[in-house]
Amino acid sequence: MNWVGRRLPRTEDPPLLRGEGRYVPDIALGARAVRFLRSPVASGRIVSLRAPAGLPPGALFVTAADMPEARGIRPALRRFEYRAVEQPILPRERVHFMGQPIALIAAESAELAEDLLEQVELEIEAEDPVVGLEAALAPGAPAVHALAPNNVIVEGAIRPDGFADAMAGAVHVVEFAFRSRRQNATPLEGRGGVAEYDRATGRLRLAASCQMPHMLRSGICEVLGLPEADLQVVAPDVGGGFGQKMSLFPEYPALVWLARRYRGRFAWIEDRYENLIASAHSRDQKHILRAGFNAQGQMVALEADILADIGAFSCYPTTCAVEPLMALAEYPGPYKIPSYSVRARGVLTHSCPAAPYRGVSRPVITFGIERLMDRAAAAIGLDPVEIRRRNLHDVFPAKSPTGFTLDEGSYIEALDEAARHLDIPAFREAQAEARRGGRLLGLGLAVFNERTGYGTPAFAARSMEIVPGYEVVDIAMTPTGEVEARIGASPHGQGLRTTLAQIIADRLGIDPLAVRIIHGDTDRTPYGWGTFASRSLVVGGGACQIAADRLAAKLRRGAARLLQCGEEEVVLRDGLAVTGAGASIPLREVARIVHQRSELLADEVGFNLAESGSYDPPGTFSNACHGCIVEVERETGAVRILRYLVVEDAGRIINPMIADGQVRGGVAQGIANALLEEIHYAPDGNCLSATLADYIPPTCAEIPEIEIHHLETISSATLTGAKGLGEGGTIGAPAALCNAISDALAPFGVDIAEFPATPPRILALIRGRRAVWEAA
Amino acid sequence: MKPAAFDYFAPRNLDEAVALLAKHGEDGRVLAGGQSLVPTMAFRMARPAVLVDINRIEGLGHLSAQEGQLRIGALARHAHFESAVTPGPLGALLARVVRHIAHPPIRMRGTFCGSLAHADPASEWCATTLALGGTLVLRSAGADTREVAARDWFQGVFTTAIRPGEMLVEVRLPVLGPEWSCGFAEFSRRAGDFALAMAVCALRLDRGLIREASIALGGLGGRPVLALEAAATLLGQVPSAEAASAAAEAAAAHCDPHSDVHAPAEYRRDLVRAMARRALAQAGVA
Amino acid sequence: MNKREVVFTVNGETRRVLVEPRRTLADTLREECGLTGTHLGCEHGVCGACTVLVDGQPTRSCLMFGVQAEGASIRTVEGLAAPDGTLNPLQRAFWENHGLQCGYCTPGFLMLATWLLERPTPLDEEELRHVLSSNLCRCTGYQNILAAVRAAARELDRWTESAPA
Repeated sequence: MNWVGRRLPRTEDPPLLRGEGRYVPDIALGARAVRFLRSPVASGRIVSLRAPAGLPPGALFVTAADMPEARGIRPALRRFEYRAVEQPILPRERVHFMGQPIALIAAESAELAEDLLEQVELEIEAEDPVVGLEAALAPGAPAVHALAPNNVIVEGAIRPDGFADAMAGAVHVVEFAFRSRRQNATPLEGRGGVAEYDRATGRLRLAASCQMPHMLRSGICEVLGLPEADLQVVAPDVGGGFGQKMSLFPEYPALVWLARRYRGRFAWIEDRYENLIASAHSRDQKHILRAGFNAQGQMVALEADILADIGAFSCYPTTCAVEPLMALAEYPGPYKIPSYSVRARGVLTHSCPAAPYRGVSRPVITFGIERLMDRAAAAIGLDPVEIRRRNLHDVFPAKSPTGFTLDEGSYIEALDEAARHLDIPAFREAQAEARRGGRLLGLGLAVFNERTGYGTPAFAARSMEIVPGYEVVDIAMTPTGEVEARIGASPHGQGLRTTLAQIIADRLGIDPLAVRIIHGDTDRTPYGWGTFASRSLVVGGGACQIAADRLAAKLRRGAARLLQCGEEEVVLRDGLAVTGAGASIPLREVARIVHQRSELLADEVGFNLAESGSYDPPGTFSNACHGCIVEVERETGAVRILRYLVVEDAGRIINPMIADGQVRGGVAQGIANALLEEIHYAPDGNCLSATLADYIPPTCAEIPEIEIHHLETISSATLTGAKGLGEGGTIGAPAALCNAISDALAPFGVDIAEFPATPPRILALIRGRRAVWEAA
Repeated sequence: MKPAAFDYFAPRNLDEAVALLAKHGEDGRVLAGGQSLVPTMAFRMARPAVLVDINRIEGLGHLSAQEGQLRIGALARHAHFESAVTPGPLGALLARVVRHIAHPPIRMRGTFCGSLAHADPASEWCATTLALGGTLVLRSAGADTREVAARDWFQGVFTTAIRPGEMLVEVRLPVLGPEWSCGFAEFSRRAGDFALAMAVCALRLDRGLIREASIALGGLGGRPVLALEAAATLLGQVPSAEAASAAAEAAAAHCDPHSDVHAPAEYRRDLVRAMARRALAQAGVA
Repeated sequence: MNKREVVFTVNGETRRVLVEPRRTLADTLREECGLTGTHLGCEHGVCGACTVLVDGQPTRSCLMFGVQAEGASIRTVEGLAAPDGTLNPLQRAFWENHGLQCGYCTPGFLMLATWLLERPTPLDEEELRHVLSSNLCRCTGYQNILAAVRAAARELDRWTESAPA
C-alpha cells in the first residue's frame, strides 16, 4: 500500500472541527492577564514612567528598571556591513516605533489590566520620526540608531567583472522602477503566550503561538541568561503564522521573566490592534531594475538596486537582512542571465520591524522581473510567452549567477502548459472585442522558481549567527506497535502530522493512523528548527524517511530471527513482516518481543526499537507558472478576476489534497498582497492600519476559483523527491495579477509599478493623473 | 481590546428607558443592536458609563406603513428589510440597499434606527433616509416627543441633533407611489465593508418628465449630504443618459469628499460620479 | 466589581454565570463556561471567528455582552458533534473537503454554515458566497470551505443550482 501520493484526510482535523483544539488562548484560562503599555509615538525619549496610583492587590507593573539582568535581543550577521542594532525587552530611554512595548501590567483579568494601562503615568518627549525609505535616506536625515548613522543597517552588493560591457552590448535596454507596499501576515490567531513557573521542579514552561519552539527557547534563554534545560517551550495548536510567528519578540522573554520572578502563571494574548501595529510587517520595498536584451530578446545583463524598509529593529534569528539579501540572491529566478549586478540595502525607519512573511522578498522580485519581462516583450515586439521561453533555463542542473544550483525543473513546460490552458489566441480575440465595447480585459503570466527545503550550508552562506537548516527525528515503535516520531519542526496548520505519517507509513508498511507525530514541545522533541522557507515537508520528511528506514531495518532483523529466515527476505507491509515464502509476523508482535521478551531478540535488535535520523539537504527549486485573466472597471478602477490558474511543479506530491490547499491558500494571500492589503503610516509615524476595516484581508467574495495543474519533476536533490510549495502561491500572484491589469490598461499607455494595485491607483493611471507614488 | 466598565440596565418599557437616559444624561447610551457601538467600545473610543439595553422592550420592533409613512421602530433589524417591507418603490429600494449593509450576522442584530443614531458617514440607511426626506422621532422623559427632519439630523461624523436624555424611537419614511423610481449604488473594496462612496436617488416622474428629484451621497466623510445641484439638473428633464451624466457630473463637482487610507478625495469624487450614474440608471435615467 | 448573574443555555445545558456587564458573550463562553471552541480573531466584529448561534441567529459573540444573553439559547461549535465525538455531516464535509488548515476560523464558519443549512430556503451558489463572505479565513483561500458547505448542503438536500444568469 502506497500512502504517499494519496489524498488522505488530515488526522489533525476532527478535534479542530469539534472545537476541541487547544490554541494558546485556550490554555490561558486562570492565568494572570498581561497587557503591554505601547508607545503612542514613533520616536521619543521617555521622560517619566510611573505605576498607576493605587495598583490593586495582585496586580503588577513592570518596566525595564525591574529587569536589569535582561539583555536586549541581538540578532547578528557577520557580513554585509550589518549593524548589530539591539532591541531592548522594555526600553529604558527611547522608543523607536509606535506600538513598541514600554512596560507591562499583570492583573486578574484582561479588562482590569487594560483599565490599569490607562492609568500608567507616561511622559514621552516626542521627536521627529524618520518615516519611509525616502526620508530615511535623505541627506541629513536623523539616525534611527546611532550605530547606523545613514540609516542603512545592512548592505550587500555583487559587481561582476564585465558587467558594463555586457550591458553596453545590449540591443534593447528596459527599465522598471517600482514600489511594493508594507504588509502584515495577519494570522487569524495573533501572537500570545502563557508562561508558568513550576514550583515543584523550578522549571519554566512557555506555551506560545510560534513556528520555532526550540529557537524561541534558545532566544529567551540567551536574553534572560537561563539554562535551556530550565525552560520548556510548547507550541500547541497554532492559528496560522505565515512567517510572522518565527521571530523572538520582546513580549515572550518578558512573560517568562514574570513567571520566574513572581513564581506564577501569566498569559499575554495579543489583540488584533497590537498584531496590526506591533507584531511584524514586511515587503516595504523599492526596486530599480535595468535589463539589457540582445536582438533575439535574450537578457544579457540585469542590474538591480534594492531598498527594503526594515523598520526600527532587526528580527531574531533571521535578521532584517532576510528581505534585502534574499532579493539580492534570488532576483534572476528561473532565467538565464549571464551578467547580474546588484546592490541591496536594508533601511531603518521609525516603524514596526519587518520580519519574514510567506515568500519573504520573492513576491516582490517576481513582480519586478515578471513586469520587466512584459515591458521588454512590448519594447522588443515579442509575445509575453515567447520572451519568457527564450530566457528560461532549460538544461538542468543549472547555475544561477549568484551561485545556486538549480535542480531539475519544468520551467518552460509549466509556462507552455499555462498558456495552453489559458488559450491565449482565443483570449486575444475576446480582449479585442471587449475593447471595442469599452471593456478592459487583461491576461497576465508569472513564471518563477522557488528555493525550498534548504539546509545548513545555504543558511550558513548568509553568515547569520544562528544557522538553521537540519531536522532530526527520533522514531520509536511502542510495545503495542504504534510508531512515535518526534521532530523539532513545528507546523502551524499545514497538516504536517498527516504528511509525515504518510511518509513513515510507507517505509514501515504500516497504516498512517498508527503513526503519532510528536512536535511543538522542546521537552519531547530533539532540537530542531520549525516552519519557514517551505522546508518542513522536504527536510522533516527526509529525516522521517531516514529514521523510518533505520527502524525498518531493525524490525526486519528482529522478524528474520523470529521467522527463521534471512533479513533480506523480509518485507514490511500491511503491518506485517512477510517473507518470500509467505510466512509472516505482525510488527506489533515483533515490537512486543523486543521490549518484553528481550532475551529472544536482544542480540539482533537490542533493547528497544528506537532510531534517529537527521537530514540536511542542499535545497531544491520548485517552479510554477501562474496565469490569470482580469477585467478592470473603467469607471472605478476595480479589478475582477475572471480566471486564475496555477501550473505547479513541486516534485513528488506527498498528499495532493494538502498540496492544493497550500497553493490555494498561498494564492489567496498573493491576491490580497496584489490588490488589497497595505499598512499605512501617517507622516508622524502613527500606524493608521489598526483595524481589520482598515487593513483588509479578503473574504470569499474577492477570491476566485483557483485551477491547479500539477507537473511532477521528481527532485534528485531531496530524499523523498518532494520540493517545497508553501510559499509559491503567494509569490506568483502579485506578478500575474499586475501583469494582467497592465495588459488591460495597455490602451492607456500605462502599467502597474506599485502594489497593491488598488482601485484608486488604477483609476489614477487610467485618468492620467500623477501616480500616488512616482518611481524615481 | 476590552471595553471600559459600565453600568448595565435592561428596562422593560420605554418610560423606564427614557427615565434612565434622563438620569444619566451624557453618560448614558442606548444599546440596540450594538454592531457599531460595541466595536468602538472595544477600542475604548466610546466609553459610556451607562448602557441602556432596549432589546427587552416590547413594541419597538414595528415596521408598518400608515398614513403614507413607513414607521420603523427602534428595534427593527436590518435583516427585516431583505424582503420588501412595503409594496412599491420604497420597499424595493430598502431591500436593495440592505444587501450592502455589512454581513448577515450583523444585519440580524443591527437596527435601522441604531444606524441613524450612530450616524456613520458611510451608513447606507443614513444616506437613504436623507435622500427620502425621512423624519426622526425622539422620546425623552415625561413622554415628550420631538421630531427632527433628516436634513437637520446629521451634524458631522457620528454627530447628530440628538440631545442628552433623548432616545430615537422611530424613523418615518414617506411611502412612495408608483410614479416614483429609486436607485442605490455604492463602492466598497471588500464585500460588506463600509463604502468609499455611495449614491441614493428618488425621482418622481409625471408624463415622462422628472418632476421631483432627490440624491444623497454617503461615504465621503463628515456626514451624508444631499446633492442639491445634481438633483436640480434633473428637474423637467426626460430621463436619458445625457441627463444622468449631467447630474452625475454635478454631484461630483459639488461634493466635498475626504481622504483616508482607503482612497484620496479625488478618487472618491470619481466614485461619486460613477455611483450617481449607476443609481440613476437603476431609477430609469439612462 | 459589579458582577451580575446571568442564566442562559448553551448547547441545551443551563449555565448560570457571574459576569461584569462589559464582558463580551465570547469571553463569557470561553472564560466562564470553559467553552474555548469559540475563537476570537479581532474582537471588533470583522472576522467572524467568534460566530455562535443565539436563539437560532448567527451572532458575532464579540459584539454582544454576556449579560444580554439572559434567557437565550446559545449554540456553539462544541454542540455540533454527537456526544461520542462523531462528526455531523457539515463537520465531515469540512474534513473530507480539506476546508480547514490551522482551524482557528473553523468554528465560526461551522456555526455560520449551520445556520445557512437550517434555513427553510434552499441554498444556491450566490447566497452561499454572500453569506460566507461574512467571515475571514487566512489559510485556505476559501475554495474548500465553499466546497465543504456545498457538499453538506447536497447531502442534507438543501442545495439548489442557481438559475442561469
